[in-house]
Amino acid sequence: MKYLCLVYCDEGLLHNDPDSPADDECLAYAESVHASGRMLAAEALKPTQTATTVRMRNGHMSITDGPFAETKEQLAGFYLIDARDLNEALQIAGKIPAARVGSVEVRPVRELRHAQTGEPSNEPSTDHRGAGRA
Amino acid sequence: MIAEAEVRQQLELVYRQESRRILATLIRLLGDFDLAEEALHEAFFIAVERWQRDGIPASPRAWLVSTGRFKAIDGLRRRARFDVSQARLAQALESLEAPDLCEDDVEDDRLRLIFTCCHPALAADAQVPLTLREVCDLTTEEIARAFLTRPGAIAQRIVRAKVKIREARIPYQVPSLAELPERLESVLRVIYLVFNEGYSATSGASLTRSDLSEEAIRLGRLLLELLPDPEVMGLLALMLLQASRNRARTSADGELVLLDEQDRALWDRALISEGCALVEQALRSRNFGPYSLQAAIAAVHAEAATAADTDWEQIIGLYDVLLRAQPSAVVELNRAVALARRDGPQAGLALVDAILARGELLDYHLAHCAKAEFCRQLGQTQQARSAFETALGMTQVTPERRFIERRLSQL
Repeated sequence: MKYLCLVYCDEGLLHNDPDSPADDECLAYAESVHASGRMLAAEALKPTQTATTVRMRNGHMSITDGPFAETKEQLAGFYLIDARDLNEALQIAGKIPAARVGSVEVRPVRELRHAQTGEPSNEPSTDHRGAGRA
Repeated sequence: MIAEAEVRQQLELVYRQESRRILATLIRLLGDFDLAEEALHEAFFIAVERWQRDGIPASPRAWLVSTGRFKAIDGLRRRARFDVSQARLAQALESLEAPDLCEDDVEDDRLRLIFTCCHPALAADAQVPLTLREVCDLTTEEIARAFLTRPGAIAQRIVRAKVKIREARIPYQVPSLAELPERLESVLRVIYLVFNEGYSATSGASLTRSDLSEEAIRLGRLLLELLPDPEVMGLLALMLLQASRNRARTSADGELVLLDEQDRALWDRALISEGCALVEQALRSRNFGPYSLQAAIAAVHAEAATAADTDWEQIIGLYDVLLRAQPSAVVELNRAVALARRDGPQAGLALVDAILARGELLDYHLAHCAKAEFCRQLGQTQQARSAFETALGMTQVTPERRFIERRLSQL
């Protein structure tokens, strides 16, 4: 099952806290998740001051400066992983270096389904059985 | 043919003794809580008729598990005509090997069920009701009554938790050794919450709440049987030792009686000796934690023939170790009370004032009660009165309020 791990952090702290990870450490961890075969994608993001929010209303596009919502912690990066179950996803998420200064929200990915066949848009990659229905 | 009455009687017995084991195994085999509950009830329903005709099976539990599993797969297949995903599911379930029901698997299933219901990824206010519902087989109405809330609210929390188990794929397994300490902590916390919910209810009108304490002790015994960890021993010991004082904690007219003033002849000796033996076993393991230490403190109290005989030196020492294992202002407060017994009220008051000065426990009525008590002993009546009044404004529990009011009137 796919999980998106959203890394949130106070931007002011992310690179200034004594516990803040250096890029090298983040790269090394991403590499290790990749080597375990669990990695689908991971990226770090530029600060929210570079963000732009787009909305479509009645065919009209509105563009505003800044992130979707002002929050205490900001989205700083993400990992998209493929894990056996939530326990494995939590183990991977907990070791993301930025989790030491911020927090990581782990969200299961919802498979979109074709209306006619009821089949998922793409085959689930690894399907291990847990208490959740397969 | 066997008479229906006889079959029903037999089934009732099997339900009481085995239904949680059967449910735990069906959840593993079917991979879903709701499907398993449905299958459990179907199996018992079918048994009424089938056992009359064919006789009572040699292993009722195995019969009920395989019948429940078969009916669930059958049901999915019938629904498959309308929903393709159900067909895949039925196929996937059937392709798994037929259940092999050795005793170890069944006991592991019960442990899996406990760990899943107490998974820290579930909302804290859902773990307790889910555990009471699935592991203890209390109805949502019973749980609601015990927690003084509406059945609808309890049902909703349970439904949300089950949706999360399914959608986020919380696995049905006993955690690995690496995860165990953290995960066990969550299970122990849930059991102790159930216990305290029952234990803190002292009024006669809330009988159902004291049943919760018994349920928690039953859970503790089950967990110890399945997982003989020192902290499980510690928690069970702590609950047994606290429960041993049940009859002495309230007077005939429902008033709260402090430990010091309790009639120790009313303490339950059987529970005390069982609790003390468990504490010793836990402490010997050298791998004990906060529950074992709290149980050890309770054991020192239990072993004192009179309040005056209490070994305060040992209790303070245990609090020191507990504070290192689990720093907390509440533990500090309890240590201050013990220290005052050894070194006098002035020493206790200094410690409590220091905690309050740090801004901690300001809204905890027992901190103000302790302060009031020390002031009273020191003859500082005015300060004692004001601290008791602060405490009174912080508790809604009737026996506690009456206790504080009585103390105020005695000043």
